[in-house]
Amino acid sequence: MTQENSILPPLTERFGILRWLRKNLFGSWLDAALTIIGAFIIYWAVTGLLTWAFTVAEWKVVSVNLRLFMVGQYPLQQLWRLWLALGFLMFLTGNSLAIWARRSYVATILLLAFPALLTLLPFGSEPRKWLIILSLTGVIGWGIGWSKPQALGRSVIFGWILSLPMFLLLTRGFTPEGGTMPIVGTNLWGGLLLTFLLTVVGILFSFPLGVFLALGRRSELPIIRLASVIYIELVRGVPLITIFFMAQLMLPLFLPPNWTVDRILRAMVAVTLFSAAYLAENVRGGLQAIPKGQFEAAHALGLNGAQTMVYIILPQALRLIIPILVGQFIAVFKDTALVAIVGLFDLVGIAKTVLAQPDFLGLQREVYVFISLIYWVLSYGMSYLSQQLEVKLGVGNR
Amino acid sequence: MQESAKQKATIPFWRDERILNILGQVVFIIGLLFIGSLIYQNMKAGLARQGISLSLNFLKGISGFDIAETLLPYSRTSSYWRAFQIGLLNTLSVSIVGVIASTVFGVILGVARLSTSFLINRLAAFYLELIRNLSLLVFLIFWYLGVFLKLPRVKEAVIWPGSIFLTNRGVGIPWGLPTDSYQTFRLILIVGLILAVGVFFLFQSYSKRTGRAPLTTLWTLLTFVIVGVVGWFILPEKPLTFDAPVIEGLNMTGGKVLSPEFMALTSGLVLYTSAFIGEVVRSGILSVSKGQVEASRALGLNGFQTLRLIVFPQALRVIIPPLTSQYLNLIKNSSLAIAVGYPDLFYISNAIQNQSGRAVEMFSLVMITYLMFSLITSVFMNWYNRRIKLVER
Repeated sequence: MTQENSILPPLTERFGILRWLRKNLFGSWLDAALTIIGAFIIYWAVTGLLTWAFTVAEWKVVSVNLRLFMVGQYPLQQLWRLWLALGFLMFLTGNSLAIWARRSYVATILLLAFPALLTLLPFGSEPRKWLIILSLTGVIGWGIGWSKPQALGRSVIFGWILSLPMFLLLTRGFTPEGGTMPIVGTNLWGGLLLTFLLTVVGILFSFPLGVFLALGRRSELPIIRLASVIYIELVRGVPLITIFFMAQLMLPLFLPPNWTVDRILRAMVAVTLFSAAYLAENVRGGLQAIPKGQFEAAHALGLNGAQTMVYIILPQALRLIIPILVGQFIAVFKDTALVAIVGLFDLVGIAKTVLAQPDFLGLQREVYVFISLIYWVLSYGMSYLSQQLEVKLGVGNR
Repeated sequence: MQESAKQKATIPFWRDERILNILGQVVFIIGLLFIGSLIYQNMKAGLARQGISLSLNFLKGISGFDIAETLLPYSRTSSYWRAFQIGLLNTLSVSIVGVIASTVFGVILGVARLSTSFLINRLAAFYLELIRNLSLLVFLIFWYLGVFLKLPRVKEAVIWPGSIFLTNRGVGIPWGLPTDSYQTFRLILIVGLILAVGVFFLFQSYSKRTGRAPLTTLWTLLTFVIVGVVGWFILPEKPLTFDAPVIEGLNMTGGKVLSPEFMALTSGLVLYTSAFIGEVVRSGILSVSKGQVEASRALGLNGFQTLRLIVFPQALRVIIPPLTSQYLNLIKNSSLAIAVGYPDLFYISNAIQNQSGRAVEMFSLVMITYLMFSLITSVFMNWYNRRIKLVER
């Protein structure tokens, strides 16, 4: 007992804020100076920001237009369809978390509680009710998944495959005017809903295209390789905005005169084509990391080229680049903002229309801070959750 | 003869991989050509309906629109081609300012992120996380509408020390005006440049001969600076007089006025890109293993020498490739100028396209120009990367 005590460092070093301060903040003269400068910067920024946010800013522009920011001009009577679609997604999320990420408690709690947390925003009572229901749906899905993980695996995958078509179908509707689900034209889709749809469609469709392009670039067939290289380098060499403009202005020119392509569909095609080129390079990086022995072993086992790729190489390569893919998906999400420049009403486009309302002239700061916050929370949330899940699932450690 | 005939019999051609490969590629080409020709036919028919044919001759036509910021003489009677050139120069100036500033700021951020001072470290980390998760477009618009256009009017301008005027009409900064002796001074600077290059090669050959590593960059720069400073003081008249902006009525005169559009675009791009560069720099420095530093200290190198001769060259190898792609991103992202109304290449090309109706030609021109930018940047950075690469046996 006494011996152990005598080994312990002096009291001042064992405990104490003082020691921590000295080590981490005032380690040397330079550090001390930097710390003081840093403290001033923080003080100045925090007080400035808080003063602005609580005394100057008029947040009414956000609370009044919250529905516009979320869904654009989507008709009020049909909103329940979106809630239904979201509920389905929440149910699947809860289910999947319980089945595949049993011990990722942080991710689970964050994801399931997220809708309920959103009630803190100045939504009306109706959306608040729906948000609570969403959280509850997620919890129910989680509970069901927890009790029967083996039995549900396949049906959940099936559910995810169905989720996008279902979301699109519910958003668009399928009965004529007066039915239970009247068609809502894409010109009424807007706000976060549009941003979300553009992102999801872009990601889903660019993924297979990107994998094909990556395989094409590594192909032994000279013409396929050349075509892939030209496509990838061409798209990566030009700004995204030129591709959006091309899709809006030149696509009609390239198609037969009687074909009309929906403007939102055009934007989706542009996002997909653009993102595929970047994804292809990421996938190529993953493919290059697979040792040659894997190919040789697969051939030795009698697998042909396609089988080698599908069963041996791609699963390993894609697993390796999951963090990079998440980064790419976040980039797609942020890049969809550019559709506002070609006149679509995504979050940024809606911001413009809100600022054009005579009641809210000159409130640019409030509106753009709010929008930035949405982008920030969702992007950061995606990267944080993927980190959590990667650690728990041991991605990249196999 | 018989042997090969037998082989042919055993592998029918539809299962012979070599023939299948060629066949597949032929089909691929035919498909591509078919789609290409369909698109081309549609386009030609569409253009014929509008009564135009593909040609670049329209670029000689009169533009008829105004451009707010021009580095070349321009009026609305100038040609489209001149307008295009102005856009090109504006993109170049934003890109060059952006690349330099974001490199400086990014390196500071990357080093701050590794600082032993807890507060600075956290502050840098917070900044990186904040910026990297924002949408650049929203960020740029915020800087334009939320910051630079919200500055006070010219009459109530905020004046920072050093005669920097912040107004909603732009930011006025002092600017050098050439005097009569400017021509001579320029000559002196050229002499300085030649001398500096001489010093550079002298040191290089010294380094090759002896195997030592003199401070080549420092001495090269110093030669140039010394020649410049000496020249400045030798000349009877100062080559530049500094002209500070003054407020006259409702306008700012004198000095140089940077427009809110330019300021918003460059500051937004720089703050955004530097966050990514900071991350690149940080990972580059971290990639140099601790053993390298310890070994160099054990060899008796001091802290600065360790940094200059051991850490920095190795970190640079890791940093250069991702840095290149950040530079390319910055150049491409400068096309978002259209959102803040800065007349860059894309903005002006779009204006030309609206005015003349020549969408196909203008878009091809813009894309080729951006591709050239990307190509030149990556060729240069690849050359630099090869130069600093580890020479392996």
